[in-house]
Amino acid sequence: MSRLKDKFSAQAVLQALAAPALALLTAFVLSSAVIAATGKDPFHAFYVMIDFGSKSDSQVWIINKAIPYYLSAAAVAIGFRMNLFNIGVDGQYRVAAFFAAVVGGALALPGVLQIGVIIVVAMAVGALWAGIAGVLKTTRGVSEVITTIMLNSIAGSLIGYFLSEDKLAVKDGNLFHTPTIPEAARFFLIPTSPDPIYGTVVIAAVIGLAYWFVLGRTRFGFDLRAVGRSESAASASGVSVRRMVVTSMVLSGAVAGLVGMPTLLNKSFSYGTDFPTGVGFTGIAIALLGRNHPIGMALAALLWGFLERTGIQLEFEGYAQEIVGVMQGIIVLCVVIAYEIVRRTVLRRQQSAVGAELSAQGTPGAPAGPDAAEAQDGKSAQSTQSKKAGTTA
Amino acid sequence: MRRVTKLAAAVTATAALALTATACGESSTESGGKKNKGVGLAFDVGGRDDHSFNEAAARGTDKAEKELGVKTKEMTAGNNETEETREQRLTSLAKAGYNPVIGVGFNYGKSVNKVAKEFPDTTFGVVDEQSHAKNVVGMTFAENEASYLVGVAAAKKTKTNKVSFIGGVDNALIQKFEAGYVKGVKDTNPKIKVEVDYLYKESDKGFNDPARAKNMAKGMLARGNDVIYTAAGQSGAGSIEQISKKKGAWAIGVDSDQYRQKGLEKYKDAILTSSVKNVDVAVYELIKSVKDGKPLKGNQTFSLKEKGVSVATSGGFIDDIKGDIDKATEKIVSGEIKVPTRP
Repeated sequence: MSRLKDKFSAQAVLQALAAPALALLTAFVLSSAVIAATGKDPFHAFYVMIDFGSKSDSQVWIINKAIPYYLSAAAVAIGFRMNLFNIGVDGQYRVAAFFAAVVGGALALPGVLQIGVIIVVAMAVGALWAGIAGVLKTTRGVSEVITTIMLNSIAGSLIGYFLSEDKLAVKDGNLFHTPTIPEAARFFLIPTSPDPIYGTVVIAAVIGLAYWFVLGRTRFGFDLRAVGRSESAASASGVSVRRMVVTSMVLSGAVAGLVGMPTLLNKSFSYGTDFPTGVGFTGIAIALLGRNHPIGMALAALLWGFLERTGIQLEFEGYAQEIVGVMQGIIVLCVVIAYEIVRRTVLRRQQSAVGAELSAQGTPGAPAGPDAAEAQDGKSAQSTQSKKAGTTA
Repeated sequence: MRRVTKLAAAVTATAALALTATACGESSTESGGKKNKGVGLAFDVGGRDDHSFNEAAARGTDKAEKELGVKTKEMTAGNNETEETREQRLTSLAKAGYNPVIGVGFNYGKSVNKVAKEFPDTTFGVVDEQSHAKNVVGMTFAENEASYLVGVAAAKKTKTNKVSFIGGVDNALIQKFEAGYVKGVKDTNPKIKVEVDYLYKESDKGFNDPARAKNMAKGMLARGNDVIYTAAGQSGAGSIEQISKKKGAWAIGVDSDQYRQKGLEKYKDAILTSSVKNVDVAVYELIKSVKDGKPLKGNQTFSLKEKGVSVATSGGFIDDIKGDIDKATEKIVSGEIKVPTRP
């Protein structure tokens, strides 16, 4: 109970809100400056964005767009929590979606069963693709940053090889795509007007809950975070770091495998040359923005959808097309920097509070008292965290 | 445990709220204007100044602005964008009252045909794709025929008996260029080796990556190829720049008469010819038909016969082999030569 009280004390709330507020304010000011520098009125731009972005069809569009972003961010975040930088989500989801589409187009099982098979294949292929990087890291010591980015490129070539008419694809106008998934095996839509919301939003919600529960409430999640904080400490307390590396890469890949599902099961029903690419990289930005938090990432994914939706309208209103890309970059930078500033400020205040307490006790120089030890602990934990942020940024 | 249930309840409530919020409120299509504002033109990646394919379309609208007095609204696709984004772009244009709305490039194939159904009173056009809806005009070109002719030119001009082809993306459309070119070369001189390569297997970045095209051309030149045909939209500028650095090597341009492109002026002496796709004519005809109140319908094919595609002669570099080109043209038009559409 006291923990809960601590969590919601005025100061804690202030601290929690300070960083996002600071980030949003800075991002707002900087974006305005950029728009003004292009010779346009920034306030009209924000008006257009809010007005257009809040329309009912925009809301649906934004939610549908955010689903793959959220899944992608969750996949990246699983790695982040363990200090693993999985840049390979992009390749993982594309390979996964491709083979899932091939299997889905070839089978004709009862609907629900086939959807299950497609999703399982996607997760398995994604897990396998990411697992390669995990195994290489544990057995050969190759950095996952290098392997995953190379596997992205291999994924592209692999798909390109199979995505031709004499192999696994059919020709449709100028496009090649895998055989279309039968109607029975498509995911349901949530009927809203004027356009429906993709039913795959449920998958995103389930993954969000699972992410929160497994990482925050289980022994496995604790081990994973422990390895992320300090490998040596974790292995000293009996956690097999190697197994954790492979397991979390596999998990990250399995979630990455789901990224293509909203498009595959709700929109395109096949994997073609026009299948979305680059969502894996968007996921990195969203995981950073959402601070690896299940709800934070959901908000970040929606924000991204909102920016992309309104960006087209901005172009329509005569603003430069690139403005939205600039805004996205500014927001991510502001968030990363703001959290670091708030963290340092809080740390400094804690330190001076501890210092004041110590000098009040009149024992300068003596490392006595539980407070001092705690402060030291807090400091070292914080510095590992900042090191981690440094590697991930 | 109680905390978990509480949280679950909160999540469900929020989700329900979000959904109800979605279902109500004005949609953006309801608040749009209806008056005809002119032509809505949606470019493919690379944009208006790609010196190639988009620019050809832009010439069509420029001409329409001048001669028909219509206004044009232009929007451009970004890299890595999805169906949803293309649909929204076209919807924005149609909703605002632009008519016709034209998607430049086969990427718009699906989205144009889909969005057109929601705006039955607007004429839509798509370049390089088929029409699947009543109010959609599909404008396709016989790129393979023009490519055959530049293949003949390449075969006549090579000294090393090695020529090459760079495609932007390995898809069915660009394969049409490759097929025609290779056939043209081989029909003229079967001993010539043709090196074929693509910038990207599956990503549209291929039409927007001059650096990669430059590198590829560098490799091809080093291997002794002395005529290189690049069909890769804006990327082509990269290979043309590289080829211009090597004496005696020729570049073949694509889509527009690239000898006459302002942005490529520095390298024009290396541009042997271009396989021209008269997208501008097609776009202009479509705009004119809408303006005249008799909008075109269905699929329109532009081949050598209709002068929908042609070979550029600017610079006079192929004047000496004009006879060969004309002969090949006649044979294609008469049907004596069947140019394949796939390699």
